[in-house]
Amino acid sequence: MASNEEILAGLAEIVNEETGLATEAVEMDKSFTEDLDIDSISMMTIVVNAEEKFGVRIPDEEVKNLKTVGDAVGFIANAQA
Amino acid sequence: MHDPKVFPSQAPAIPFAVPDTAGAPTESDPMARKVVITGLGATTPIGGDVPTMWKNALKGVSGAHTLEDDWVAKYELPVHFAARATTPALDVLSRVEAKRMDPSTQFAVVAAREAWADSGITEIDHDRLAVAFATGIGGVWTLLDAWDTLREKGPRRVLPMTVPMLMPNGPAAAVSLDLGARAGAHTPVSACASGTEAVHVGLDLIRAGKADVVVCGGAEAAIHPMPIAAFASMQALSRRNDDPEHASRPYDRDRDGFVMGEGAGALVLEAEEHALARGARIYAELAGTSVTADAYHITAPDPEGLGATRALKAAMFDGRIQPEDIVHVNAHATSTPVGDKPEYAALKAALGKHVDSVAVSATKSQMGHLLGASGAVEAVLTVMAIYDRKAPVTINLENQDPEIPLDVVTTARDLPAGSIAALSNSFGFGGHNAVIAVRSV
Repeated sequence: MASNEEILAGLAEIVNEETGLATEAVEMDKSFTEDLDIDSISMMTIVVNAEEKFGVRIPDEEVKNLKTVGDAVGFIANAQA
Repeated sequence: MHDPKVFPSQAPAIPFAVPDTAGAPTESDPMARKVVITGLGATTPIGGDVPTMWKNALKGVSGAHTLEDDWVAKYELPVHFAARATTPALDVLSRVEAKRMDPSTQFAVVAAREAWADSGITEIDHDRLAVAFATGIGGVWTLLDAWDTLREKGPRRVLPMTVPMLMPNGPAAAVSLDLGARAGAHTPVSACASGTEAVHVGLDLIRAGKADVVVCGGAEAAIHPMPIAAFASMQALSRRNDDPEHASRPYDRDRDGFVMGEGAGALVLEAEEHALARGARIYAELAGTSVTADAYHITAPDPEGLGATRALKAAMFDGRIQPEDIVHVNAHATSTPVGDKPEYAALKAALGKHVDSVAVSATKSQMGHLLGASGAVEAVLTVMAIYDRKAPVTINLENQDPEIPLDVVTTARDLPAGSIAALSNSFGFGGHNAVIAVRSV
């Protein structure tokens, strides 16, 4: 089970791989759409990669609730618990 | 089965021998806009940009090499070589933009950007800028990778970008998005005639007043084990595995098939008045184009080259060009035993006695067959030949097939001064024939 810091770092790597954004830009309070300019297709790619990396399942209906990076980190941490 | 050359219901009224104007407008339109070529781009097995490709095309090099990929042995492919693009798309595109594109689209964007920069256009009404970008096969890597992923990892792992990456209009759409072309993005698909048909569509768009500038071209990235197996299965590919550099040998007695190539070519077509108003460098005039269909056989060319003959005549008529004006032909000439001969028959029928005084170049000898991109790359080469007044080289012609007594250019040759014109032919499975006619300015 990974700590929130580890999940954030892992998620930042996935976001960087998909969008080219610097990993430092991926912070807990950042909104995927508003701040990071991530579109729905990139978001789905990030979700699927996160599922593989963290060994969790993020249902499609849950994705719309993951508005900020912190939401995603929290969801993944809970799912791993 | 009826004689494919004659439609029974029409046979009594319409003789098969069509007039020379078939496929071309019957009346000259005095208002028709003249269309010129102002930008060129290419990424090919003999150079990653137009200056490099052209230098090599005049020198005569081979882009064909043994494939080092493990899938060649893994699937026991009967063909072990191909002509890969010299410059990886990732040398030009960023990793993130490339990630969302099939390799065919990556090549398209690379060539289109070069052509656009080369045109020098800085200001444009984007509502008057169109795209006509072709492919023969489309996103075959994306399609088959997604199928592998589905089978190995399940549907969840199939990437969300799969559909826009595999669709055949992917290259046209990406170029439109990249340049902000809003007057339509078209994707003519006619197998190995696609790239030439895209130039034809571009000319029509400007003549019809639907756009002032069109970025046209073709892209292909099909050096993948499945297409290689499929083309090999139909006996279309050369099996000269021990000597790839000499495998593509159009018009040679010992030709045994084509060599798979990959890449893209792009041209900026512009209404003449638009180009003159901005003081553009004009390479040549795109004088005429034409497209015909054999309606003869799904893959075999009409042995007499009748469809190709009609296309050649129609392109010359469309451009108001006489056979004696033609000094150069960039031939389709894929190096297959059955394909090269009907093209000669067609050239002879269309050009008459002038066929003997035309410098014919078979540039697939150097770069292999770029399928849906080949016509676009060859259009670029034809424009360069007119502009630079030099015909590019046909390599590997050791023993010319006596049944094809064309004047084949084997060392770079100067073309005459004065007003000159050239043709470029492309033919595709399905009986597609496409021809463009380019004239000096």
